[in-house]
Amino acid sequence: MTATEAVVQTESRRSPPRRGGPPQRSDGRALRRSPLASVGLHAALIMASFIAIFPIFWVLVTSFKPDENALETTPKLINEPTVNNYSEVLAGDFGPFLTWFGNSLLIAGLTTVIGVFISATTAYAVSRFRFPGRRSMMLSFLVMQMFPFVVLIVPLYNLLLTFGLQGSVIGLVLVYCTTAIPFCTYLLKGYFDTIPIDIDEAGRVDGLSPFGVFWRLILPLARPGIAVTAFYAFLTAWGEVGFASAFLSGNSEGKTLAVGLQSFVSQTQVLWGHLAAASILIALPAVVVFYLVQRSLVSGLAAGGVKG
Amino acid sequence: MAQVAYRKASRIFPGSPPVRAVDQLDLDIADGEFLVLVGPSGSGKSTALRMLAGLEDVDEGNIEIAGQDVTNVPPKGRDIAMVFQSYALYPHMTVAQNMGFALKLRGVSKDQIQSKVQEAAKLLDLSELLDRRPKALSGGQRQRVAMGRAIVREPSVFLMDEPLSNLDAKLRVETRANIASLQRRLRTTTVYVTHDQVEAMTMGDRVAVLESGLLKQVGTPAELYERPRNAFVAGFIGSPAMNLKTVPLTADGAKLDGLTVPLPREVLDVAAEQGLSSVIVGIRPESLRVASEGENGMELVVELVEELGADAFVYGTVRIAGDSQRFTVRVEGRSSPKLAETVKVTVRDSDDLHAFSPETGERLG
Ligand SMILES: Nc1ncnc2c1ncn2[C@@H]1O[C@H](COP(=O)(O)OP(=O)(O)OP(=O)(O)O)[C@@H](O)[C@H]1O
Ligand SMILES: [Mg+2]
Repeated sequence: MTATEAVVQTESRRSPPRRGGPPQRSDGRALRRSPLASVGLHAALIMASFIAIFPIFWVLVTSFKPDENALETTPKLINEPTVNNYSEVLAGDFGPFLTWFGNSLLIAGLTTVIGVFISATTAYAVSRFRFPGRRSMMLSFLVMQMFPFVVLIVPLYNLLLTFGLQGSVIGLVLVYCTTAIPFCTYLLKGYFDTIPIDIDEAGRVDGLSPFGVFWRLILPLARPGIAVTAFYAFLTAWGEVGFASAFLSGNSEGKTLAVGLQSFVSQTQVLWGHLAAASILIALPAVVVFYLVQRSLVSGLAAGGVKG
Repeated sequence: MAQVAYRKASRIFPGSPPVRAVDQLDLDIADGEFLVLVGPSGSGKSTALRMLAGLEDVDEGNIEIAGQDVTNVPPKGRDIAMVFQSYALYPHMTVAQNMGFALKLRGVSKDQIQSKVQEAAKLLDLSELLDRRPKALSGGQRQRVAMGRAIVREPSVFLMDEPLSNLDAKLRVETRANIASLQRRLRTTTVYVTHDQVEAMTMGDRVAVLESGLLKQVGTPAELYERPRNAFVAGFIGSPAMNLKTVPLTADGAKLDGLTVPLPREVLDVAAEQGLSSVIVGIRPESLRVASEGENGMELVVELVEELGADAFVYGTVRIAGDSQRFTVRVEGRSSPKLAETVKVTVRDSDDLHAFSPETGERLG
């Protein structure tokens, strides 16, 4: 979640893309800062980075320790390093790890694709067309964001039962979409609003259908926005536990990674080393997705199309 | 190539009260003609053009292109190309891709697209820039790319919405000439929107003047200049603007301060018929001159002199019936009066006068 926020912030600072004007003249001229302020600023930033990174670093360190060395009175950085944790987790000693991994990947992937598609089309309609209920729809999206999602579990459970989707992958994907789409739609609408409507019209005069305009002009121009949205949708599904444990079938084969992780916490003890190794493995796909996505976070994509 | 017709076409924007942005527009544009739509800001020029493009609904009436009723045809079915005021280039495509996009959508082969794009690029002096993105172009270059995108398609109608308004003065004059000569060469029916009456007068075969959604007059530039059909067109066309003053009517003509200008017989007859006791007289700055010794004239207090070299425009006020009224007079450059000086001015030739009804603004006679 914190990662998403960071991305979203970067994004909003970058948009709206600069329009027209002399190309590529940076408007971010360096502000003059006193040396003292500079030192203070850097110290604060280093502090914040340390606070953000240290826990992850410690999980990484712990993942190479045997379980019994994971919690010590005087923590050591390296203590009988071993990759046993990883090999045992991957070998399935604590449950079908790779199956869970596949389930999570499938569910998060579907959520990303479906969520981005629906929110992008919705956002485009809201950004470009006037229709009754437009404002109230956006407002209800905002209100929905204010609910804690746990209160939705029971009603959603009933809904899924009614439609015969309880326990199925697609049911869970739809649930994730309902939580991700309102926010993604907001994000993308803001992005689409920065693309001048003249470009849509030029496309229509050039022979595109309204959907063609969306597909061939707007989507490519909104790539950074789409990338952030995709990442957000992926994360919504990837690490989520509450909905996943409520809406997936109870058998061990059907679990997602995040749910499966609980099996490392047995009644008698917690296998910290293995838990840490599994956590690192879970984090990897999110890192990969982020890496893919951040390359699209370029500013000024839509610049230069219009003047004035 | 095609003729275009507006048949009582209206666009009414909802609101309270609803805005009749274009009101019952009736206009025929011949095949190959260069028609300029001109009018002040908010007069409905862009709306009229967008109706023709299919980007704006037509609430009443019809629009025809090449004899076909296209009122309900989407833009892609109208075979038109449009140059937007903002240029609206596709930022993620190169210049060549921008220009070839419409052809690509129509399934034209790659080789053909390339040769057409290159041809158009040569015409517009864009050959060096084909691989650039719009972001890396100057304003004038972007304007030419927008033109190129329209030309490449060889449409039956060109639509242009103030394509020069983002250029600096010098480039604007240059591009104006280029567009006009390009159109003469291609002979493609063109509808060109501008709020600049100089552009309108120099470029168009015919000019249509709009005001508040209403068509005020359509005709050749000379017609508009010499016989404006109403006071609005009279004041709008010509730079500096015509002097338009409401003055009392006498048996001989219009009574200005210390000067009664004779009006033609038919004007006086029409005015009498309508029972008018005053008229709006229109006198172009060049129809006035400084009076010689002993001649009757209006006493003009000079407020500003605009020296243009060969001639000069003198702006000043005249007291007519107790009110001070502004007048513009064109004088010879060398003999221009000084600031705050009072000069007597008179009418050069009473045939050059225009008279309009103060009630309807329509031309008399
Ligand atoms: N979408 C809209 N909704 C409501 N009113 C509109 C809309 N678009 C234009 N109008 C109104 O219609 C009238 C004509 O607008 P239009 O854009 O055609 O003017 P214009 O002649 O092109 O002016 P300009 O020279 O400033 O571009 C204006 O009064 C404008 O306020
Ligand atoms: Mg306009």
